[in-house]
Amino acid sequence: MVQKFKSILKEKHHFSWYIGIAVFFLVIIVTLFLILSASKQIDYSWQWYRVPARFFTNEVIKSDTRGEIDSITIEGTTAVIEVKTEDGIETFRVPENELLLKRGDFVAPGTILAESKKLKPGILLQGLGLTLMISLYSSVFGIIIGLFGGLARISKNPGLKWLSTIYVEIIRGSPLLVQILIWYFVIGTLVNDNLSMMGMSKIPPVGWGIISLSIFAGAYVTEIIRGGIESIPKGQMEAARSSGMSYLQAMVHIILPQAFRISMPALTGQFISLIKDSSLLGIISLRELTKASREIVSSTMMTFEFFLILAALYLVITFPLSMFVKHLEQKAKIK
Amino acid sequence: MIKAEHLYKTFHTPHDVHALVDVSAEIKAGEVVVVIGPSGSGKSTFLRSLNCLEEIDSGHIEIDGIEVRHKRTNINKIREEVGMVFQSFNLYPHKTVLQNVTIAQEKVRKRSKKEAEKIGLALLEKVGIADKVNAYPENLSGGQMQRVAIARSLAMNPKIMLFDEPTSALDPEMIGEVLEVMKTLAKEGMTMVVVTHEMGFAREVADRVIFMDFGKIVEVGTPEHFFTNPTHERTKLFLSQIL
Repeated sequence: MVQKFKSILKEKHHFSWYIGIAVFFLVIIVTLFLILSASKQIDYSWQWYRVPARFFTNEVIKSDTRGEIDSITIEGTTAVIEVKTEDGIETFRVPENELLLKRGDFVAPGTILAESKKLKPGILLQGLGLTLMISLYSSVFGIIIGLFGGLARISKNPGLKWLSTIYVEIIRGSPLLVQILIWYFVIGTLVNDNLSMMGMSKIPPVGWGIISLSIFAGAYVTEIIRGGIESIPKGQMEAARSSGMSYLQAMVHIILPQAFRISMPALTGQFISLIKDSSLLGIISLRELTKASREIVSSTMMTFEFFLILAALYLVITFPLSMFVKHLEQKAKIK
Repeated sequence: MIKAEHLYKTFHTPHDVHALVDVSAEIKAGEVVVVIGPSGSGKSTFLRSLNCLEEIDSGHIEIDGIEVRHKRTNINKIREEVGMVFQSFNLYPHKTVLQNVTIAQEKVRKRSKKEAEKIGLALLEKVGIADKVNAYPENLSGGQMQRVAIARSLAMNPKIMLFDEPTSALDPEMIGEVLEVMKTLAKEGMTMVVVTHEMGFAREVADRVIFMDFGKIVEVGTPEHFFTNPTHERTKLFLSQIL
């Protein structure tokens, strides 16, 4: 990478090349300047220093009552705080070494009683984790669904063929947001109510999130796999079958490995889409990256900072993947 | 070994083409039969119908005493015994030369990997590709690919070998090496059906020659008969064009 960059700099270039570079930087600088000056016009106060706390935060224990600390007794590693309130005594148990207050201090709801020294992921990182987790699961399920969907699409069995075609058309023809709503509020209600009537536990919202994204991605993967299989020359199947392999054996050993290799760039692209599409899951109250950012914005009013960070975080995940796609395509071209 | 009776096949797309019209032929064990004819004469369809790569409309095909088109016949079992070599080689590009030769042995014949590799290596040696066993097909020349394809079919120990224009996609200088392998095979007593335009091969190796045109068998005979005094006008015309 560095080598490549150096060699670009060493080369002799036409005058227009330097103009192009200049325009590139000019556009970026002007854009940044416009954003900054416009935000100054409306007196937006940037508070970047408050951002890190949303990535990592110290765990705190807060009071939920108003009163005076009556006593603090140490029991091993635990400190027992007794607060005298209007209604009597309330006790809190906190780790002894994290205790912040002393006897006689006044507390109100929200007052921090103890703060752990260890950092734990803040709401933003938790959201990022959920986004990645959902995307990963949905991709794996999506590929499994798409594999069978793709095989059904090219099947000679009309039932399988029609079912898979209808599936693909419905999913690709309707907005993902609507699908999520239907999965959670219609199918989710039906299934969960029946489950709880049979005494079983309900499927949580994150389950419905993964289901809706898997089914959605599955339709696109179906078409990718179908395209991959169809791009393999007919002779491959004939050679495999004429050596006595069954249709299934020929598919598993000869056709699918080649089809997957050809489909790899498209599949990775689909995975990138999935990560971005998961931002819609906030609608069913899943606190993934986007929902987490919206919650932070509504509590801190730091709209500009956190929505910009939100976009940057998605880019941080998707950029390496799209580099990977480029790499795969380059490799395919050489072959 | 092979008995074909009254085969009919019509292709309907893009328009009706009668690829096989009442084709009957019998091929005995150890016989080398060469099928010749102009393109579109149905000779490839005939060959491909023998191992059911092409579904025929009506007729009977018997291979080694088993009715191929019978409902209870497992076509995969028949195909194990019938090797096929294609014009476009159809090697598996994601597998090495050796893997190309071993995969069907392992998956169909259920041989161990070691056994399959031993058989595969011996066959690759026989067709002269012993130094390329770990190469991928994309790094081979056309002649080498076709020889690997022949080894791949032979690895299944077939009783019959079908060749569908095995040299038609090759550069002229590579045709010889493939024909050489086929000649060796014929000498060893393999039952072979060969669709080809290589008249030299037909004259030298064939026990019988079948001439097809417009889906029909026009003339059957020994090579001497064919290349010295063919009976039919159509045969004469074809041979005069091609020789």
